[in-house]
Amino acid sequence: MSIKEIEDEIVSEFEIFGEDWEGKYEHLIDLGKSLPMIDEKNRTEENIIKGCQSRVWLNSVLKDGKVIYTADSDAIITKGMVALMIRVLSKQAPTEIAKAELGFINKIGLKEHLSPTRANGLVSMINRMKLDAIKLSQKN
Amino acid sequence: MIDSKHIREQFPILKKWINNKPLVYFDNGATTQKPQVVIDSIVKYYSEQNANIHRGVHTLSREATELFERSRQTVASFISAKSSEIIFTAGTTDGINLIANGSNFPKGSEIIVSQMEHHSNILPWQLWCERNEGKLKVIPINKDGSLQIEKLESLITTKTVLIAMAHVSNTLGVINPVKEIIQRAKAINSKILVLIDGAQSVPHMSVDVKDMNCDFFVFSGHKMYAPTGSGVLFVKENLFNTLKQSKTGGGTIKSVSFEKTEYVDGPLRFEAGTPNIEAVVGLAQACEFMNSLGVKNISAHEHLLLEHAQKELSTISEVEVYANHSNKAAVISFNVKGQHPFDVGTLLDKYGIAVRTGHHCTQPLMSYYGIQGTVRASFAIYNTKEEIDIFIEALKKTIKLLN
Ligand SMILES: Cc1ncc(COP(=O)(O)O)c(C=O)c1O
Repeated sequence: MSIKEIEDEIVSEFEIFGEDWEGKYEHLIDLGKSLPMIDEKNRTEENIIKGCQSRVWLNSVLKDGKVIYTADSDAIITKGMVALMIRVLSKQAPTEIAKAELGFINKIGLKEHLSPTRANGLVSMINRMKLDAIKLSQKN
Repeated sequence: MIDSKHIREQFPILKKWINNKPLVYFDNGATTQKPQVVIDSIVKYYSEQNANIHRGVHTLSREATELFERSRQTVASFISAKSSEIIFTAGTTDGINLIANGSNFPKGSEIIVSQMEHHSNILPWQLWCERNEGKLKVIPINKDGSLQIEKLESLITTKTVLIAMAHVSNTLGVINPVKEIIQRAKAINSKILVLIDGAQSVPHMSVDVKDMNCDFFVFSGHKMYAPTGSGVLFVKENLFNTLKQSKTGGGTIKSVSFEKTEYVDGPLRFEAGTPNIEAVVGLAQACEFMNSLGVKNISAHEHLLLEHAQKELSTISEVEVYANHSNKAAVISFNVKGQHPFDVGTLLDKYGIAVRTGHHCTQPLMSYYGIQGTVRASFAIYNTKEEIDIFIEALKKTIKLLN
């Protein structure tokens, strides 16, 4: 599936919650809990994304021209968002990742996490994912 | 007694709804909301009184100058100082930097801070030490948030020039026995200077700098119902001449020529450039607002809130409160066991409750407790027991959601 198609899928999944923010966050927390753990050897200082109140570790590798991300966070809501980002961007081509607009975040009502007062958690994560993708594609 | 309903009506922002819930504002340690009288004083200043001060001969400038200097008098009385001892600053951080950059301590001097200091009361001294081959020493604390003051004597050496410490911890709310510490330090060496960071004490309790016998005392207006950009540095009168200016310019002089400048004495020497006049006017108004309620009544009301919150929090088994100290201002730091403060704060916000999460600019204190951060609820005069009950209910729902 393309990035856009996955985004649309997530948007329709979240539609059932409507104005029920508790349901939405419960879902996000569940997503966080089900995110596979990052390999212990990748939980390095280098892989920490700076600028988050919670810590996020992100590891990116290139396989058959696609970027594979694994990640973790010590905060569960952040981890839920990490899980969503991985679902959308992992196993995609670097060029597609770099130009992804990720409008789904707004559509599922998590826009507040893009604001600077969240210590740029989600914003830093997205920037790092894109940057890693570009770096990996240039290396090869 | 405090009439909460009447007080809340004076704070327009408290009518706001957040995420379809009435706002419960418990982030007062970061900044307080402003009463209508303070807001009005700013509007009035610009509508009727605005002119530059200490300059023009015209009526408006003279009146603005009088207003500014009257404000200095009001602020001085508020902490039992003389107006000639009050320097207006941009805030606590600004005041501490002014002393750190203006002191004439000899190279190699030692400065003592405490484990619970705000970064603003660590970094200026750390920088001073780096630049002057100095040494920063730390008064340790106990788990209950109390200072190990019995260590004080062993930390002080012949090189100690300054002790810089918080009156009230912004993270834990613990009230430090500053008067006793000052007495003990000066008993060892009367030349040791003491700077007290009053950012979190002045909003909550009566402060008397004379009785405390500190040499410098700093605080921020915005944490005590006054505008941002207002702040106070108290300097004991006899120390003015020992301080260098860290900035200079218009408004500080008697006469200037390219060869030599003669500066004025006293506070104005340290207030270079046009000050934040309206913020100072608002600060004086905030002092009057607090006086009109009675600072002792404010303390008493907030203490009831603190006790109620502590009691309610203690009934939630997942909650761990830091610093079970008996002498606290209205600040509580806690964590939900196994949960990140960011998650707790994010969900509480959804319920309309504003708390602070993170390290609260006290990373060395976080290291002491071995944690990344806490959730902090800090109260002000307009908060109520009912709000605490709403907060406790929301916290219980938050814990359920996270589990
Ligand atoms: C104890 C303490 N010191 C210093 C500061 C810094 O105050 P300001 O940011 O107003 O300069 C604060 C405020 O966060 C504080 O709580």
